[in-house]
Amino acid sequence: MQKKPQGKILENIRASKKEEREILKITPGEVEYGVDYQKGPVYIYYDWCKKCGICVAFCPTKCLASKKDGTPYVKYPEKCTHCEKCDMLCPDYAITGAINHNSD
Amino acid sequence: MREQIPQKIIHKYLRQKKHFPHVWCSGCGIGIVLGDIIRAINLLDIKKDDIAMVSGIGCSSRMPVYIDVNTLHTTHGRAITFATGIKLAKPNMKVIVITGDGDGTAIGGNHFIHAARRNIDLTVILINNNIYGMTGGQASPTTPVGDIATTAPYGVIERNFDICELAIAAGASFVARTTAFHTIEAKKIIAKAISKQGLALVEIITQCPVIYGRFNKKGSAVDMLKWQRDNTIPVESISKMPEEKKKGKIVRGILVNKDIPEYTKEYEKLIENVSKPQNYTKTHKKI
Repeated sequence: MQKKPQGKILENIRASKKEEREILKITPGEVEYGVDYQKGPVYIYYDWCKKCGICVAFCPTKCLASKKDGTPYVKYPEKCTHCEKCDMLCPDYAITGAINHNSD
Repeated sequence: MREQIPQKIIHKYLRQKKHFPHVWCSGCGIGIVLGDIIRAINLLDIKKDDIAMVSGIGCSSRMPVYIDVNTLHTTHGRAITFATGIKLAKPNMKVIVITGDGDGTAIGGNHFIHAARRNIDLTVILINNNIYGMTGGQASPTTPVGDIATTAPYGVIERNFDICELAIAAGASFVARTTAFHTIEAKKIIAKAISKQGLALVEIITQCPVIYGRFNKKGSAVDMLKWQRDNTIPVESISKMPEEKKKGKIVRGILVNKDIPEYTKEYEKLIENVSKPQNYTKTHKKI
């Protein structure tokens, strides 16, 4: 049997994570996003993202924007030029703007 | 979990199912440098089995844990010595050494100087974040004068090392410096350094927003990356620039690229010479 973590802090963390998933529409264990990434030009892997804000700050066309907690999202999908600047500057390899990111 | 993951080139080389997300802080530049190294390896099209990555102890030296090549995580400051052993045992292997500023120039400083003097075919990638990050923010040999660290609460009074100058003076055959912000330049320089015969040093200036940045009020990771962009000048444009603009700026680019005899090649030649029967008897007669 797995022990359930106890204490108020842990409960709060769990509640905030649940909230986060609801905001981003992610079901645990599977990667699903608010933006349909098959159509979207930028694909963000939220499991690895640490919300440092580098991709949002250095996007040359300001296609990306961040939410209140710093989570990046694609605000203007039509502005993306697939320059892959976010690919190169992401320290967590959690974002890609490459053209063929969803084909094998 | 589905197999749909971003950055396909990067993910080919990562141990993504074991250790991710990685241990580095939010906004740390070491992740960017690992991306540059992987892109350089992909550019040169080297097999994973032909690369060995060696590191010591520290934030930057955590890197071999994440990359799926032959890796070795060694004792503090001794990465270059272990790498020398690998290179002599397997001369065809591309050996990449990852060290930090404290690991490479303070504790392993002597090894670094002598590897440069010997000119053995290693690629030393020195990630300079100006502080000992993993152990809690002690002052390192590259912490600038006047900056605050845990062991220097009123500012550092020692002068800091210029690592590239040190390597040039010790006789390395390839010396270059880039930053974490200039990713395309870093990729090209690392690719050149890996294909160079002889000791190649690449110093990469990275940001440490959580420890160095917080102590010295340098702002967030974004601010530190902007500082790298605004305060470095490429080595090609130095002669064209006026004196006022050069003041206080860091020079980046390939500083030295020369061809000098390489240690493993010389060692093989020596073995060949001595193992000839006529030479063998000659040496014995002298004794």
